[in-house]
Amino acid sequence: MTAPTAPAASPAVTGEMPRIRMSKSRRNAELGLLIFAMALITAYAATVEATMLDAVTPDFWIPAALVSMVFLGLHIVIRFLAPYADPALVPAVALINGLGVGFLRRIDMARADAADRANFPIFAGDGGRQLAWTLLAAIMAAGLLIIVRDHRIVSRYAYTLGLVGIVLVMIPAVLPSRYSEINGAKLWILIGGFSIQPGEFAKLALVSFFAYYLVRKREVLSLASRRFLGIDFPRGRDLGPVVAVWLLSLLVLVFEKDLGTALLYFGMFVVILYVATERVSWLIIGLLLFFGGATLAYSLGASVGGPFANFYDRVQIWQDPFADPYDAGFQPVQSLLGLGTGGLFGAGPGGGQPTKVPDVEDDFIFAGLGEEIGLFGLSAFLVLYLLIVERGLRAGIAVRDSFGKLLAGGLAFTLGLQVFVIVGGVSGLIPLTGQTTPFLSAGGSSLMANWLIIAMLLRISDAAGRPMTGSASAQGDGPAGPPVKLHGAPTEVIRS
Amino acid sequence: MPEFVLTVARFGFLVLLWIFVFTVVGVIRRDLFAGAKSSRLVAAPRGVGASAGHARPAKVKRGRAAHQLVVTAGQLAGTRITLGEAPITIGRAEDSTLVITDDYASARHARLLPRSGQWIIEDLGSTNGTYLDRAKVTGPTPVPLGVPIRIGRTSLELRP
Repeated sequence: MTAPTAPAASPAVTGEMPRIRMSKSRRNAELGLLIFAMALITAYAATVEATMLDAVTPDFWIPAALVSMVFLGLHIVIRFLAPYADPALVPAVALINGLGVGFLRRIDMARADAADRANFPIFAGDGGRQLAWTLLAAIMAAGLLIIVRDHRIVSRYAYTLGLVGIVLVMIPAVLPSRYSEINGAKLWILIGGFSIQPGEFAKLALVSFFAYYLVRKREVLSLASRRFLGIDFPRGRDLGPVVAVWLLSLLVLVFEKDLGTALLYFGMFVVILYVATERVSWLIIGLLLFFGGATLAYSLGASVGGPFANFYDRVQIWQDPFADPYDAGFQPVQSLLGLGTGGLFGAGPGGGQPTKVPDVEDDFIFAGLGEEIGLFGLSAFLVLYLLIVERGLRAGIAVRDSFGKLLAGGLAFTLGLQVFVIVGGVSGLIPLTGQTTPFLSAGGSSLMANWLIIAMLLRISDAAGRPMTGSASAQGDGPAGPPVKLHGAPTEVIRS
Repeated sequence: MPEFVLTVARFGFLVLLWIFVFTVVGVIRRDLFAGAKSSRLVAAPRGVGASAGHARPAKVKRGRAAHQLVVTAGQLAGTRITLGEAPITIGRAEDSTLVITDDYASARHARLLPRSGQWIIEDLGSTNGTYLDRAKVTGPTPVPLGVPIRIGRTSLELRP
């Protein structure tokens, strides 16, 4: 099933030129990059121990080696199940994930007593938990590659996924605060000692649904329009879906008290809409709606309070974190001071004091990391995120069916937007919201959900990179059904 | 641990981090900047030929080859489709490349196929027939540039 379809099998019936372009599978490049990434993770662990303990313990390599085993396992799965997938995705993500594990272990060591630091157990603390989550996340990613052999299958369950997504988003909102609220944001399901963030998983489901829905509807949305100020604006009645999603995100903002999540869902939808219709007006409408909604929530928070109070407070803190540096603004102030201390090159891995920032293992991991690796290191991280997003968008460009295009574009953009929301919040560009930094923050839900997104992007880029044989339908490895559709893509109407 | 070693480790790590970034860029360099024109992240059949930019057959003389299919008359007048290497299906069926809303068109009306630089029109057993200029298309017929293909009230032309 996984073997590339033999070029000789190209049916000449369609009359299409049997163009056989031997796409190289590039798995060896991936392996090389992965080994490089793992070497970097090991070097990071060694530097941390050298700085913090003044000596490198003989066991320093074990966590890094465990992470490497996990990702090499994933690499082998990809070799068999998605041989033409993008070679840069997994190593880039693995490096971020592995350095995240290393940094969390470093925080655990800083929090432990000085005497215990040298032989801090590998599976203890946030670092140990993150290691276990990484294993689980890689298994889930491999599982998605095994179950979903062709990304177009996902479109069959689009409505189910849409429903699942909305239910996942809504669960924390309807649960009593006792089971769902941490730091004023109701985003979790808290059972026993465990916390699950269902919204993380909802992203994948919702993007699948949006992509499917807009593949169906995009003709109406892109054709019927009125021209105004040189930009095509859609008809009033076609605004329905975008207004519905806007209301949904506003409800999220009100009931879950989290601007970041609201921004994420809404931005996701608007961008998929834009990709589907190629209309700039949707972006304008989206931005207007978002800023309108945010201003409305802010002024309501100032006058009414209640559910909007949290958002109002966050904006107040954002406008002047130093107004109350020991209480309300403590966290952002510590984070800004940490970033400032790091300066250009940072204090060196293990050399800073990231534990001074509350929640440094979670929302503020970028500030803690920034103190130690400086702007120079942080920009490397940002470029890595950029490359991951670029690979996702590239998969969307190269894949041949519309659903895959929208799915890949939406997923890649979602990752990018999430990085923007949290890094923007930590660095004081936008009001802080409780998003996780993808692949870096401590937390299983976020790690697993984001690895699922990467697995989906791998699947799509595999479909895109597969060598084309005679007919487009032969590229799927499922049994060729009797109705041979010549293109996955239905119609395009482009107005000159 | 001597200070010197720590400093080397600290800056060495940062340098290695950036070397990794540039290695990744090197691996994907080939298609990082390439093909910005022919490939688009628009969920539409222009992208059907997304990979076409790389390997257009050398036989085709540039300038004479058809690159666009333009609707010149009918409800969709003004519509253009950029031709890749995939065949174009025309009809009222939703999965056609060009869906025409023409009362005189069949669900699967006709098909345009590329064959060694030429586009061939083929009628798919439509009720009202396909015409190349005035002549009814009975078998696969090569389509010259600028000659109208008539399907019901719709006219299509190949343009360079």
